[in-house]
Amino acid sequence: MNAFLPSFWAAVLALGLALYVVLDGFDLGVGILFGFTRDEGMRRRMLSAISPVWDGNETWLVIGGTVLWAAFPIVYALILSAFYLPICLMLAALILRGVAFEFRQKASERTRVVWDLGFAGGSLVAAFVQGAAVGALVRGLPVAADGRFDGSGALAWVSPFSLLCGLGLCLGDALLGATWLVMKSDGPVRDRSYRAIPWLLAGVLAFLAFAFIAALQMDLPVMTRWIDRPWLALFPAVGVLAVIVIVRGLRRRIDSWPFAGAVVIFLAAFATLAASFLPYIVPFSLTITEAAAPTRSLAFIFWGAGIVVLPLTLIYTVMVYTVFKGKVDTGTEYP
Amino acid sequence: MSSDLTALLLSRMQFAFTVSFHIIFPAFTIGLAAWLAFLEALSVATGRPVYRRLFDFWSRIFAVAFGLGVVSGIVMAFEFGTNWSELSRRTGPIQGPLLLYETFTAFALEASFFGVMLFARKRVPQWFYLFSCVMVALGTTLSAFWIMINNSWMQVPVGTHLASDGTFVPDDWAAIILSPVVWVRFPHMLLAAYVTTAFCVAATGAWYILQDRDRTEARMMMRMGLGIAAVLVPAQLLFGHLNGEYVVHHQPSKMAAIEARWHDEKPAGEVLLAWPDVTNRRNLFAINLPAPFGSLIDSDSLTAGEVGLDSIPRENWPPVVIPFFTFRLMVGCGVLMLCLAWAGSWLSLDDRLETRRWLLWATFLSFPLGFIATLTGWFTAEVGRQPWAVYGVLRTAQATTPFLTPRDVSITLLVFGGIYALIFAAGTVYIYRLLRQGPPATPVPVEVPNPKRPLAVGGVVPLDAGEFQRSPS
Repeated sequence: MNAFLPSFWAAVLALGLALYVVLDGFDLGVGILFGFTRDEGMRRRMLSAISPVWDGNETWLVIGGTVLWAAFPIVYALILSAFYLPICLMLAALILRGVAFEFRQKASERTRVVWDLGFAGGSLVAAFVQGAAVGALVRGLPVAADGRFDGSGALAWVSPFSLLCGLGLCLGDALLGATWLVMKSDGPVRDRSYRAIPWLLAGVLAFLAFAFIAALQMDLPVMTRWIDRPWLALFPAVGVLAVIVIVRGLRRRIDSWPFAGAVVIFLAAFATLAASFLPYIVPFSLTITEAAAPTRSLAFIFWGAGIVVLPLTLIYTVMVYTVFKGKVDTGTEYP
Repeated sequence: MSSDLTALLLSRMQFAFTVSFHIIFPAFTIGLAAWLAFLEALSVATGRPVYRRLFDFWSRIFAVAFGLGVVSGIVMAFEFGTNWSELSRRTGPIQGPLLLYETFTAFALEASFFGVMLFARKRVPQWFYLFSCVMVALGTTLSAFWIMINNSWMQVPVGTHLASDGTFVPDDWAAIILSPVVWVRFPHMLLAAYVTTAFCVAATGAWYILQDRDRTEARMMMRMGLGIAAVLVPAQLLFGHLNGEYVVHHQPSKMAAIEARWHDEKPAGEVLLAWPDVTNRRNLFAINLPAPFGSLIDSDSLTAGEVGLDSIPRENWPPVVIPFFTFRLMVGCGVLMLCLAWAGSWLSLDDRLETRRWLLWATFLSFPLGFIATLTGWFTAEVGRQPWAVYGVLRTAQATTPFLTPRDVSITLLVFGGIYALIFAAGTVYIYRLLRQGPPATPVPVEVPNPKRPLAVGGVVPLDAGEFQRSPS
């Protein structure tokens, strides 16, 4: 049990983060795409495609954060303080984005601009910061022997590589968002999203290739993992299959295929990273076992939250998506 | 001031600001969620349209307040790590699991069913809709429950020991959760939320009566609001008193500051009002009650000795002025609410309520009282706990992120300050507009296959504007 619990919670953390990256990924992507249209009717349809689920989706970020704190307190303290400015920026961005749903429709036409800007800009900033943070983690954080952050300056996370990763996640989220809109809407929103998907897909693939080459160039420690663990290549292979699914979905206009493909690409990328980090939780400085909370803490959350509430929460999530399945009502005129 | 101290002070200001902003919304939505579930149940049971109209009216306001509570709560979940990395590192094995339970059982539950409650009245069966309302209410309550366990542990750390590396290790979770401190503070917070909401509902009713509009709903709101408050406010005063008992036993420095008691007294007198002069350890302009009133109030005894700040090392003193005044403000609001609730309920017994304009005005103007009492109560508890983050064990100054610079925290404080000001201003304006608009019309089913705004986003709608006609009230 003592050896099992840290692995269990690392798996839950991975699941929570993967769910967050995919679910809020399409939310954020719709937010980014929202900034590229001026048409009020389209904007409303885009919002209504995500409004019933966005706050549930964002919950997975908080779940990820609290699992990190409860199960791996050293890592929580390390990462959140090391990424002080970007995390605060992301939180501010998520606030603006979150209130925009409620506020834009209550606002007058003049003040609506503020919330629209907050929604699109907040989505963009949140996606960018998340991508940049992953990039900085992959590159490696300066960590002292006792697990405390050993860097200096609030901008220690900034590097060309981390900024590139920020851009990459913006493109990736936009791709997820566009495929979600294809699946959930009709008419001009669906058409426009269909037109955007090839470009976004090309952008994401170009980013992945570029990041791969950059990582080789910089001789990042993560790359040696590929030599030690050739089976890691399995995940990118699944990603390639997913690209084919998207392309076929686009050709045949099967509305649910592009989203399914985009989700699989995200999961493949996530699994690639996670599998190449193992057994480290902070790449190449702290292992899962080193960072784990005392067994009494892990056991306390295991017997309640881990095996009762977590499965229930997953069922709730599926239930809510079932209630809102299918296309959002269409064919209505807006006042 | 060294730059470390400046960064610490700025981090404290940021935490105080963001958490105070946050608590306003749960204080309102915990009560509102329970009230909405109650209204929906009444509506299902009796079929009277007034309950449904009230439900639809308050659910719109709930949506705005809930959204603000959720987004400002997300900040809290991360701020421990960003600004208080030493606290989160050392208390993580305790606070982490407690807040994890908060997130899992409550946040996920309410966030999921919240969508059903606001968007899916027509998509789910009636029983499931009511079930969703109850789940949202249960979620907000559980959320408060775990938060109060966590904060109570910071006030009175039980069931844990310090390991050699300075981290807290849990020994006994039952002791942490069943701590007697939790079971006076959790009801105190829950009652605070219910009373706050009850006064907002009653004030809205009084406002409409003063304007002579929406009479049916207005009467119902004012009677229900004041009636609920008439029962709950006395209970709240009782729990407030019980809270004082744990402070006397476990946090003598906080109690001495609240009472501005400088010297040990046996039996003790009570300072009603004064200006505490910290440098000279005395009270200026004091209005006192003689002994044994202090012992009676703090320890339910005619003879008990009470600790003064003199017996506490100076470096362990909390700020005195803030808890002294916030405590008195809180109690003052409580007494005012009690008078209003009882006067109003007494008059409503034989239907004289609506004829007393002074009472209508007083009730209308009473809506901020619950919020002020909740905030000042928290100020008393948290400022009074200083200089400790975990009382008696971990100092706030040692809990902060060691390498933060004043520049970094100034930037984020400005960003959060700006954004919170913007959304608070907008949120207040929109809630005011919804209140001014009044309850929506009676639900009259009409055969419109495509209601006007089924996609209306965020909150305004289980009800679609075109589907219902406004009823004469």
